[in-house]
Amino acid sequence: MDTFLHSYLIPGAIIVGQSLLLLVVLLVVIAYLLYADRKIWAAVQMRRGPNVVGPWGLFQSFADLLKFVLKEPVVPAASDKTIFLLAPLMSTVLALAAWAVIPVGSGWVISDINVGVLYVFAVSSLEVYGVIMGGWASNSKYAFLGSLRSAAQMVSYEVSIGFIIIAVLLCVGSLNFSDIVLAQTTGIGTVLGLPNSFLDWHWLPLFPAFVMFFISGLAETNRPPFDLPEGESEIVAGFMVEYSSTPYMLFMLGEYVAITVICALMTTLFLGGWLPPFDFAPFTWIPGVVWFTLKLCFVFFMVSMVKAIVPRYRYDQLMRLGWKVFLPLSLAFVVIVAVVLQFTGWGGVPTAG
Amino acid sequence: MILQPIFFYLFSAVTIAAALMVISSRNPVHSVLFLILAFFNSAGLFVLLGAEFIAMILVVVYVGAVAVLFLFVVMMLDVDFVELRQGFLQYLPIGALIGIILLVELVAVLGGTIIAPEVAQQVAQPIPPLAEASNIAAIGELLYTKYIFFFQTAGLVLLVAMIGAIVLTLRHKEGVKRQDIGAQVGRTREAAVELVKVKSGQGI
Repeated sequence: MDTFLHSYLIPGAIIVGQSLLLLVVLLVVIAYLLYADRKIWAAVQMRRGPNVVGPWGLFQSFADLLKFVLKEPVVPAASDKTIFLLAPLMSTVLALAAWAVIPVGSGWVISDINVGVLYVFAVSSLEVYGVIMGGWASNSKYAFLGSLRSAAQMVSYEVSIGFIIIAVLLCVGSLNFSDIVLAQTTGIGTVLGLPNSFLDWHWLPLFPAFVMFFISGLAETNRPPFDLPEGESEIVAGFMVEYSSTPYMLFMLGEYVAITVICALMTTLFLGGWLPPFDFAPFTWIPGVVWFTLKLCFVFFMVSMVKAIVPRYRYDQLMRLGWKVFLPLSLAFVVIVAVVLQFTGWGGVPTAG
Repeated sequence: MILQPIFFYLFSAVTIAAALMVISSRNPVHSVLFLILAFFNSAGLFVLLGAEFIAMILVVVYVGAVAVLFLFVVMMLDVDFVELRQGFLQYLPIGALIGIILLVELVAVLGGTIIAPEVAQQVAQPIPPLAEASNIAAIGELLYTKYIFFFQTAGLVLLVAMIGAIVLTLRHKEGVKRQDIGAQVGRTREAAVELVKVKSGQGI
């Protein structure tokens, strides 16, 4: 009984506690990212944005949450009810599951597994199911068209995301997120004789991949300008047409969690994760989790600005960009990185861990 | 370790139940969704075996790509459920035959290692213990050194299959207006705009 307590109950309780903490913090952060998204969008269009609920509209997201939860969920009579209700759950749960392996600070990670990158890639490739299932189960033309668009789009852009991740992994020599962050303590800056700084992170040597990953990430999460699955002007609201109240909210939440996952991936793969931008006194006093959050917010700001500034793509242009531009470019980039690493002897040595 | 058997039986039970539902459910879309559940639980079994790389690849490739295309096709089919059920008895004998052959082969493989344990050491390369190399490193080491020719051959076969599929399905329609982005971007003001002085009352 004592061994049972020490080997299962206590570690289990610790993991549950960590997960709950991460979940609560993440959801609160997302509530304010959503608010920030709307404010930035409004500012670009010279509007005020949400400003009624609470001071400067700070409680707008929570008011929206209450509104969604208290409304009546309408399930269409001709729909496949189980799948109809399962789809929004899947999209949210899968997006949240990806956060389990992302380190937000040095050692601040729920599960520090060796195949962390692959895990996130696998989970994000599953997110398409929420969309497809929702679109099909609604038994509606517009919803179905939206889900078909989304399936094609997400499968296409996953390919280039995969290649870019491979390019980063070649430089690191490990699939563990913590190793990837630690590999960015040395880089171009230290080669030039500078102290450890933001010049060492992967965004500088892998700049083309950084840009491609950003754009592919937008397409992967159905963000504008690639939000064709829910293009209001053509197919009403795409796969979400038939959804209302809590299921609709779960879809929106899943979308925003997926966006934070992509932002966290960019932060970890290219922007040095929890590392401070300069490795000396005033910057090292601030804990790593703050730097991680700041970087995540910076990436989210860029995502938000793109939404506000860029008009929506046409569908054939989207497919052309994915298959004819990003796929060859990212494939070539993998080859170039591999050749450079082979001939210069830079890059990580494969570790046992 | 008491948790490992519990999870093993959980994953196996769900895999088998989902596999049964794949062939018995009435709606083909439900079948594909159950197939996905079966894949997912098999990935769980691989994790229990310590083969987390294969588990993740299973999820990425089969669940994330292959099953999406399945679902894509099945959803667009106009399926007549009554007609679908009629062929069931007709195909039962051949299905059962294939099933039995597979079962016998599996029993032969697994039973062989139990009857003659020394066989197991000859068929597979010994895996280095996890403390020495993670299984991704171990797989990479084997794949790119000992089995490099098999690996390259498999890649060539896939390349040929891919080119074959493209050649079979690629059709260039005549007379379709396509967007040429290079031409659009390369347009200059001189080539696109012409200033014409028109005399009033005459037109161009």
